Amino acid sequence: MAPPADARLQLEAVRLTALYGRRAVVKDVSILFPAHSVTAVIGPSGCGKSTFLRCLNRMHELSEGGWVTGTVLLDGADVYDAGVDPVQLRRRIGMVFQRPTPFPTMTIYDNVAAGLRVNGGRSRGEVDAAVEQALRRAALWDEVKDRLKKSALDLSGGQQQRLCIARALAPEPEVLLLDEPTASLDPAGTQRIEELCHELKHRYTIVIVTHNLQQAGRVSDYTAFFYLGDLVEVGRTEELFTKPAQEQTEAYITGRFG
Amino acid sequence: MTTLVGVLSFVAVLALAVILGYLVVKGASSLDWNFFVKNPVPAGQAGGGVANAIVGTVIIVGVAALIGLPIGIGTGLYLAEYGSGRFGWIVRFVADVLNGTPSIVVGIFAWTWLVRPMGHFSALAGSVALAVLMVPMIARTTEEMVRLVPHSLREAALALGYPRWRTSLRIVARTALAGILTSCLVGIARIAGETAPLLFTALGNLNFSSSILQPMQTLSLQVFTYGTGPFDEWHRLAWAAALVLMGLVLLLSLTARWALRSRHGAAR
Ligand SMILES: Nc1ncnc2c1ncn2[C@@H]1O[C@H](COP(=O)(O)OP(=O)(O)OP(=O)(O)O)[C@@H](O)[C@H]1O
Ligand SMILES: [Mg+2]
Repeated sequence: MAPPADARLQLEAVRLTALYGRRAVVKDVSILFPAHSVTAVIGPSGCGKSTFLRCLNRMHELSEGGWVTGTVLLDGADVYDAGVDPVQLRRRIGMVFQRPTPFPTMTIYDNVAAGLRVNGGRSRGEVDAAVEQALRRAALWDEVKDRLKKSALDLSGGQQQRLCIARALAPEPEVLLLDEPTASLDPAGTQRIEELCHELKHRYTIVIVTHNLQQAGRVSDYTAFFYLGDLVEVGRTEELFTKPAQEQTEAYITGRFG
Repeated sequence: MTTLVGVLSFVAVLALAVILGYLVVKGASSLDWNFFVKNPVPAGQAGGGVANAIVGTVIIVGVAALIGLPIGIGTGLYLAEYGSGRFGWIVRFVADVLNGTPSIVVGIFAWTWLVRPMGHFSALAGSVALAVLMVPMIARTTEEMVRLVPHSLREAALALGYPRWRTSLRIVARTALAGILTSCLVGIARIAGETAPLLFTALGNLNFSSSILQPMQTLSLQVFTYGTGPFDEWHRLAWAAALVLMGLVLLLSLTARWALRSRHGAAR
């Protein structure tokens, strides 16, 4: 029996601890990301937000000295299970970084197609269709449709970031991880990406790290507050911002530290 | 201080200018059509050219590049991408030692292990000796070029589900390609004028030969034999051959410069 669509997109961390060498920077975190929701991860700099995100698609273990205890469940299955190929897993979980990272030797088209080609098994027509669809979903199609064969470096910073989102969307992942995707963008670019989050959550489960509390309030259904590697509090965004359960959370969102 | 450095760099430029100028004065008048297309004539006679040496240089350096470049580039890529461990440290150390090894030492090894077992001198043995000189040089410069590629690009590819080896080849090496090509050109320029290791491998050949299993002439060997020979005619050809060799190396260096600059232009 096929699981219902919702369970397929659900992501959960259970007692997850991430370490660099002997130093734990994410400590015993358990959290559920419901399907078709946007969860914002907030907290002061250095509290382990990026590291936590990188545990979800098994990127953390690629860092020097990086290792993990605990489990991450995608579709109910442990992604750290010995039988799971991390390369295959990363094709199911898209990731976008703080700074745009277009591949400089590739055209706009090839950038978006990169993740599809590495999967293989698609005809030229299918790749064409998937590239167009991904660019449309990332709200970039109209701006680049006439110059798909141009270098990706010719785009503005905001366009490059949307290109990276399109690149992450093209292989049809189930989950989208965004690590401060608007940090290097102007207000207009930021607004585009926030609108995207609203549109994309109908298809994906989204986790977004942000330093901008207003942004968290605007885009997310749930908010998780991290402090010094601990998950202090997680809840519905409006509740967490209006009546936080923990004193630390309140101190952070009212700007008394961080 | 600035003045001193200025004077010193002027001396360096002056040395190059004097060498080039003298080569042109002594050699340019002998550079005619015959020089490039004729083979040497019997000793003492006038005329003839060094076509055999030009073809020989291209073949010996070409075969050396064919052997040395893939190994050197592969090693450099390995060092940059996977060489953080103990084995990487050893490879790097060996490469650095080999880089500083006098070329005549490499030559005598090629003689012992290739020329003697084969029973005769050969261009192939010369190519192998040159390749050995080339590998550590290419490996270390390739490593440097690959290290310039931002870490974030690697991460982006890996997060997209690229296997590691494919990330190295399709993303990292591609991005560093212009730099790698530059280091290849510099490496080829470096070995194109090598003479010592060829003296007891390729040996030299006053006749035309294109068989890599036979002794073969190169421009550098030609300069040596003709330059130290007893005939004025030979001296004249030696200067011309030296000029051609120098021009070749200069051309390679300039191409390398240009390739590097167009890379920076593209990366803007
Ligand atoms: N490669 C690394 N090796 C060792 N320690 C690291 C490494 N990367 C990060 N850390 C440490 O792990 C902790 C968490 O870092 P992380 O990047 O996850 O924080 P963050 O919450 O994303 O911060 P920011 O908001 O500034 O991006 C920090 O204390 C940092 O010093
Ligand atoms: Mg971070």
